Amino acid sequence: MTPEGWLEPPPLPHHYETEENHKQALRFGMWLFLGTEVLLFAGIFVGYFVFRSYFPEAFEQAGRHLSLFWGTSNTLVLLTSSFTVATAHYFAEHGKNRNAFWLLMASVVMGAMFLCIKGIEYHDKFEELALPGKFFHYNEITAPGGPIFYVVYFFATGLHALHVIVGMSLLTWVAVRCWRKEFSPQYYAPVENAGLYWHLVDLVWIFLYPLLYLV
Amino acid sequence: MTAPITAAAGTQPAPEFPKKSYLNDGTTIRSWLLTHDHKRIALLYLVGTIIGLFLGGIFAMVIRLELLTPGPTIIEALTYNRMFTLHGLVMIFMFMIPVIPGVFGNFFLPIMLGAKDVAFPKWNLTSWYVYMAGSALMLWGLITGGADTGWTFYAPYSTTTTTNITPVLLGVFIIGFSSILTGLNFIVTIHTLRAPGVTWFKMPLFVWAVYATSIIQVLATPVLGLTTLLVSAEHAFGFGFFDPARGGDPILFQHLFWFYSHPAVYIMVLPSMGVISEVICSVARKNIFGYKMIAMSSLGIAFVGFFAWGHHLFTSGQSPFDAGAFAAISMLVGVFTAIKVFNWVGTLYKGAISFTAPFAYICGFLFFLVFGGMTGVALATVSLDVHWQDTYFVVAHFHFIMVGAVIMGFLAALHYWFPKMFGRKYPENWALLAAGLIVLGFNATFIPQFLLGNAGMPRRYYEYPERFTSLNVASTAGASLLAFGFIIIAIYLAIALKHGEVAGRNPWGSTGYEWDTPSPPPTENFDKVLVYDRGPHEYSDIPEDHAKVGHAS
Amino acid sequence: MNELMRRLLFLPEQASTFAEDVDHLHYFVITVTMVASAAVALVAIAFFWKYRRRHENQSTPHISPTAGFEVLAISVPLAFFLLWFAIGFRDFVKVSSPPPDAMDVYVMGKQWMWKFAYPEGPSSIGVLHVPANRPVRLLVTSRDVIHSIFVPAFRIKIDALPGRYTEIWFTATKTGRYQILCTEYCGAQHSKMWGEVVVMAPEAFDEWLKDQQRGLVSRQDVLADETGQITTLQGSLAQWGKQVAVAQGCLRCHNVDSREPATGPSWVDLYQQPTKLTDGREIIADEAYLTESMMEPTVKVVAGFQPLMPNYQGKLSGADAAAIVEFIKSLRSDRTAQATGGEDQ
Repeated sequence: MTPEGWLEPPPLPHHYETEENHKQALRFGMWLFLGTEVLLFAGIFVGYFVFRSYFPEAFEQAGRHLSLFWGTSNTLVLLTSSFTVATAHYFAEHGKNRNAFWLLMASVVMGAMFLCIKGIEYHDKFEELALPGKFFHYNEITAPGGPIFYVVYFFATGLHALHVIVGMSLLTWVAVRCWRKEFSPQYYAPVENAGLYWHLVDLVWIFLYPLLYLV
Repeated sequence: MTAPITAAAGTQPAPEFPKKSYLNDGTTIRSWLLTHDHKRIALLYLVGTIIGLFLGGIFAMVIRLELLTPGPTIIEALTYNRMFTLHGLVMIFMFMIPVIPGVFGNFFLPIMLGAKDVAFPKWNLTSWYVYMAGSALMLWGLITGGADTGWTFYAPYSTTTTTNITPVLLGVFIIGFSSILTGLNFIVTIHTLRAPGVTWFKMPLFVWAVYATSIIQVLATPVLGLTTLLVSAEHAFGFGFFDPARGGDPILFQHLFWFYSHPAVYIMVLPSMGVISEVICSVARKNIFGYKMIAMSSLGIAFVGFFAWGHHLFTSGQSPFDAGAFAAISMLVGVFTAIKVFNWVGTLYKGAISFTAPFAYICGFLFFLVFGGMTGVALATVSLDVHWQDTYFVVAHFHFIMVGAVIMGFLAALHYWFPKMFGRKYPENWALLAAGLIVLGFNATFIPQFLLGNAGMPRRYYEYPERFTSLNVASTAGASLLAFGFIIIAIYLAIALKHGEVAGRNPWGSTGYEWDTPSPPPTENFDKVLVYDRGPHEYSDIPEDHAKVGHAS
Repeated sequence: MNELMRRLLFLPEQASTFAEDVDHLHYFVITVTMVASAAVALVAIAFFWKYRRRHENQSTPHISPTAGFEVLAISVPLAFFLLWFAIGFRDFVKVSSPPPDAMDVYVMGKQWMWKFAYPEGPSSIGVLHVPANRPVRLLVTSRDVIHSIFVPAFRIKIDALPGRYTEIWFTATKTGRYQILCTEYCGAQHSKMWGEVVVMAPEAFDEWLKDQQRGLVSRQDVLADETGQITTLQGSLAQWGKQVAVAQGCLRCHNVDSREPATGPSWVDLYQQPTKLTDGREIIADEAYLTESMMEPTVKVVAGFQPLMPNYQGKLSGADAAAIVEFIKSLRSDRTAQATGGEDQ
């Protein structure tokens, strides 16, 4: 245990020469991984634009039938959680593990709130039978292409929700490690990487929200 | 160790097998299955990919036997359709994609960079488990569910087939994760773990090739992942994303699919080109001709390969403008490949070539790559493709690249690095015999298929008109020769593993960095500190000022 | 020379104008390919013979390519490739742009057979009759999964996609019978999805067509709807198209008895008419455009109209869409009375 009360950082893996080298590798690896995630969602965005060009009316109508209130609330919740994660990163970097812990927990709670709101929205859609493909029986959307909109909607938001869940688990994991005072100015890479992941989740939503709810 | 390894290496007294190496550092099953050592993980990959090659080979033989006669021969139509699906998926995802990066990349990339391991050893092991789990799920799904869609999963056939394709698609999705992890690991390793002195342009060409491959793996695989998810969701729930009856678009599937699957071809062939660049210097005992040209053309292929996918859609009603653009871009791949070929041939010029099995495979590789590559250019010539699209000409073309080039590269690598990996030599005469059989059998299998394509035989045909019989018989005969060659290799390598002559540090007199370690290497890779004051492919004394940058250019 | 190369390469006989063009390029490309690959292999072997290792400690000179070599290594292949590309692209544009006087045949693939329908009414399964020396355009679609129609002797192939039309054309040069194969894997009987093109002398073809129209040969179910019911047709495809247009409500917005625009453009004289779009482009209202306008109406909206038309993708079967196109084609102001006023539906 160090004088400040931090746990000793884990030993440098044998194949790295310096701590700086290790940090660089972790950060670079994370950014590459985020790149793959962006490409995963890029496929969905391509689908969205292709089908929007086929069925502009249906996409417009269906977009109007999504709840702007819940969508906007979710955006705010997620943006706030990104802010708390960024702040937690700052505290972890300066060795203030307790502050970081509480901020991370707050972010996890906001993630849960996001999922709850998403659940309410899904529930409404199931009630209205505004569902993908052959399950679509929603009379409010008269233009053809409604079923396809809901394929895009459920697939994109579902995949995003899955990422929210993964992100929440990552944040919980680093929060627990904060509680155990594992991080110090010398070692805070897990907080940084979990935070980066959470920012990506946020970023994807920032693109999904206007495309689905506003345009 | 500062001096280049001289050619005198071969004349030293009989070497001894090192007492301690990565092979006997822990002998329990557990020490293998939980290892973080990149060399042991490489051997785990070797086991997995050889299972894939064996299974894929058996399926191929069943297909060839069925096609021996025009009508039904040994199996039913549905079984046949499952068989070519199995063959394609197993060969591509279990063997072709992971084999060279997974086995030789894992083993040699860190050593060539002077590193003790890859950047993330735990993820490296994870990636092998993910690969095995995905393969198992895919195989289980193929055998119990009987997917019959072909490896291309074209919608709406794949989304409406009565067979159960969901586990197969999920298997492919999972293997994709493994591919991403391996690629990511290699990129980070190359960027952060090069030993002092190993500058970018002192990296061995194999590393450059693996680097280009990894970029494709990381960038393209997520799109395949998404596509398989969409198809399985559509098959399970009838979403209609690719189904025109529900407003979907089957052509969108083809775009998404080929956006991954065309670059995937370069995931398979680039590492093999890297192997050839290594081996050709060693057998010719000569510096590589045009190092930068070869290194940069790998990156060029990786880059251009991302924009060529539309050439799979020439007959799908694509507009002539799109077709022209994709055709022109595809031609550039041919140019980059031609650059490599000229440089390899240039490397042989004024060399000191030894006739060994790796050299035999290089000759085979060069012929197959040039012929396969140029028929690829022919296929990209739009008007010719109208006749050839989806015929055996295409089948023959991509087998020339996949089997011809990739397997030649794999076998060259296996023979060239066998002494380093296992510390023992393989029997040269048997190896040359097998190499001869394989090159011959391969030509006999696939040249008739080019002609079948010309004559108009479509691919994935269970039965065919009588007039195609003689060429099909020729092809099947060739395939059995090919199979025989592989059996010989399996036998002598298995024997050499235990009883081969002890190889010593550097049996080839090669100057590749990896030969500066004991054979087999210790767990920590090196028994001394290496100093990188020369390029990896230098065989002659070169002027001082060139030596500093590593290469004359 | 042509005949020798054709036999050496196992190519089928050349029975269309396109086949000869393609084959000449094919000979050129494949000869260069064979020469180049053999040359590379031979040079490798020759170098091996000349530069084989003579003793264990042999050393070699350091050789690097000159700039000139690098330029050659890039420009020679590139020159060949671009030349092939240019010729191939020119031919491809040709085969995808049918001449205006081409005779139309509607082709529908379904698991596992080909159906052919002529605008004048007759239709058949598996056998396509065409006249020699006249351009024929195939308008191809599918009722289920993707197929691809391939006539090796004509060197043509085009995918049959559900929900949309693709087109290709040819001019057959020799009378005879030529095989049609399906080249896009489509299930259990994929390898049995064969058909036949019968190329007839033009006069014989005209006779045949007349016989068909007299109903000598029983009508086939080319217009069977999605449920598999066979719709017995009275008269031509155009008349069937009129029925579909009424049933789908097309005529509420499109005039068919005058050239006056209604909510949508009039259909009279629409076919082959240069049409200005809202984005300023001018296009010709051909089959591709008309079909596209049914399936994706808002992509190309005619200038002066609102993008109001609903999308018929998934609502119209391929055969229905083809019938409507034929109906539109029949609406010429000089013979409007005949086409719309004739018999009742």
